[in-house]
Amino acid sequence: MQANEVYDQLTDIFRDVFMRDDLALTPELTAKDVPGWDSFKQIEIIIALEEKYGIKFHTRELDSLHNVGDLARVVLGKTQH
Amino acid sequence: MNWLPEPPVAAEWRAALRQLSWPAAVALAQARLDFIRTNQLDEMLRRALGDAIPPGLATKAVRLAILGSCTTAQLHPAIRVAGLRRNIHVTIYESDYGQYWQELTDPNSGLHAFAPTIVLLALDAHHLAAGLTAAVSAEEAEAALRDIQDRIGACWRLAREAFRCPVIHQTALPLHPALLGQNEYRLPGSKAAFIARLNAALRPMSDAEGVDLLAVDDRAARDGLAAWHDPGLWHRAKQEISPAIAPLHGDLVGRLIAAKLGRSFKCLVMDLDNTLWGGVIGDDGLEGIVLGQGSALGEAFVAFQGYARELSRRGVILAVCSKNDEANAWEPFDKHPEMVLKRTDIACFVANWSDKAANIRAIAGQLNIGLDSLVFVDDNPFERSLVRQELPMVAVPEIGDDPTRYADIVADAGYFEGLAVTQEDRARTGQYRGNALREAMRASATDLPAYLRGLEMQLIWRRFDRIGLARTVQLINKTNQFNLTTRRYTEDDVSAVMRDARGFGLQLRLLDRFGDNGIIAIVIGRMTAEDDLLIDTWLMSCRVLGRQVEPTTLNLVAERAKGLGARRLVGEYVPTGKNSMVRDHYEKLGFAVTWRDESGASRAVLDLAGFTPAETFIDMREG
Repeated sequence: MQANEVYDQLTDIFRDVFMRDDLALTPELTAKDVPGWDSFKQIEIIIALEEKYGIKFHTRELDSLHNVGDLARVVLGKTQH
Repeated sequence: MNWLPEPPVAAEWRAALRQLSWPAAVALAQARLDFIRTNQLDEMLRRALGDAIPPGLATKAVRLAILGSCTTAQLHPAIRVAGLRRNIHVTIYESDYGQYWQELTDPNSGLHAFAPTIVLLALDAHHLAAGLTAAVSAEEAEAALRDIQDRIGACWRLAREAFRCPVIHQTALPLHPALLGQNEYRLPGSKAAFIARLNAALRPMSDAEGVDLLAVDDRAARDGLAAWHDPGLWHRAKQEISPAIAPLHGDLVGRLIAAKLGRSFKCLVMDLDNTLWGGVIGDDGLEGIVLGQGSALGEAFVAFQGYARELSRRGVILAVCSKNDEANAWEPFDKHPEMVLKRTDIACFVANWSDKAANIRAIAGQLNIGLDSLVFVDDNPFERSLVRQELPMVAVPEIGDDPTRYADIVADAGYFEGLAVTQEDRARTGQYRGNALREAMRASATDLPAYLRGLEMQLIWRRFDRIGLARTVQLINKTNQFNLTTRRYTEDDVSAVMRDARGFGLQLRLLDRFGDNGIIAIVIGRMTAEDDLLIDTWLMSCRVLGRQVEPTTLNLVAERAKGLGARRLVGEYVPTGKNSMVRDHYEKLGFAVTWRDESGASRAVLDLAGFTPAETFIDMREG
């Protein structure tokens, strides 16, 4: 999977979770930039990704996520075989 | 949630969310929604309607208070959507984090201000087993178990006394790792063993206290603990239950709410070919169908029939709806040695070539029950989708076409969620068959009076009592057609009627030569300041229409009212859209209408001084 595909699919998930069709993701985007992105929404995003890709995030990975770029990197790393 | 059909594709789904009304949302809730879509539906409906309760719902809106010891907010949307799936509006209040005891005991708490109509107590396993260690003695562990049981019992009683409403208790998930191993229970201080013992103890305890269990421990045993609990989410957010499983958790709550309101499904309507046996009876013949020992498929059909028969023994009505010639369709029931289901198990049998939606309507009509109490199982996806489209109120599980899965899918869907087994439930199919026999006798009787006399009817009445409470509440909450005022009452409301010295609640049972019809009518009356007896509630099962039960009941009501010193009886009719059959009920019984408005609501009065009891073919007595 390519990075742009991950961003496309992450965008779909973010739009579903935040119910905002205008949400555009950049690697630098953080929770501060999106109204309503709290710890509960964070969990929803993670579970949605885990279910979509059949992956499981490590607690250390979750703790090291600071922006969308981090998230995309972890997903890419877990889906590349 | 695999009994629900696939949701619409993403584009359709998003378009539907943008223009939500309550009925549109109810329709969307009938699909297999993951937790994200569940949250979306909930959020968009709240944006569209706010907290307003839509008018004209058949069931009283529910105010649910969740008293938890850990985070439960992730479960709220799915509980509301599970209500939506059943056309029930649910408003949720959550106690402050970990403050359930304080909120229960403090009359000035937010909980008391909320005034719940149902309380859900959800104490997590970590909270319940806190403080226990493997170092304690058996006596200490025993004392700790008693303490926790006492504490839970005290919460139940506090909630009931404060709010006079039903209490639901969520069992604890078996989430502790083992210390000893498979024989864990031998270690008294083991938290895993403690939670297992507590969950076991909650069963008889809740039964004795009239509390209903939300048995997430049973569900986790079936689905696997990992589906329900993620230790990572516990440490991160104190969520005992994972948001991913929230849709199922919500549906379990929804089932209990529906059952509590008397809104569980009542009847399983079954297709025949490839649903109850393999093959097509009309083509393959009695020897050609696959049923019974000798093949996996044949045994699976036997097992599904066995499950259906067990359901009927606990009160679910069985019916058949098949595209077949009727004679062919009956043949296996009468002649196939491996058939588990017999003629006598089926309360209503429809086999013809009409479309199934029309036939299902006919079944509801013959059994005199609402379409919204039918579950239809058919292996054919075309028939399932036709019935869903024509009759959206009928539940149509995605049973697929593998008979080894049928029973589990029907069971997992929880359509028939029951809270108590009443005598009537056990005898139900027999009662409906009795109706068919009565019909046959009516057809052969030359005139109606002779028919009625020949029935040898006895109407046996009692005041409301604890024994009949479950059935009384069930009737009050599910009777739509013959119901003058359609006031819905809870167990606690009914208990209040029992204590009312200036009124009465009556339950009436009808016996005849074909059997016991069970409790078929309910009347609640109370004295007004003007010495009138106001008939608050009068409802009757449509199964006994046309049998003079109404005038006989009036004789009883008049007699009881005179006993309380009433001068007049006052009856009301409140139209609901389903009860037009009783619009002129009081006039027909000789009441004078004193008021009527444009909606059709009316009030009628009967002067007791001039009242002569009607003569009927029914013997009435207390018993």
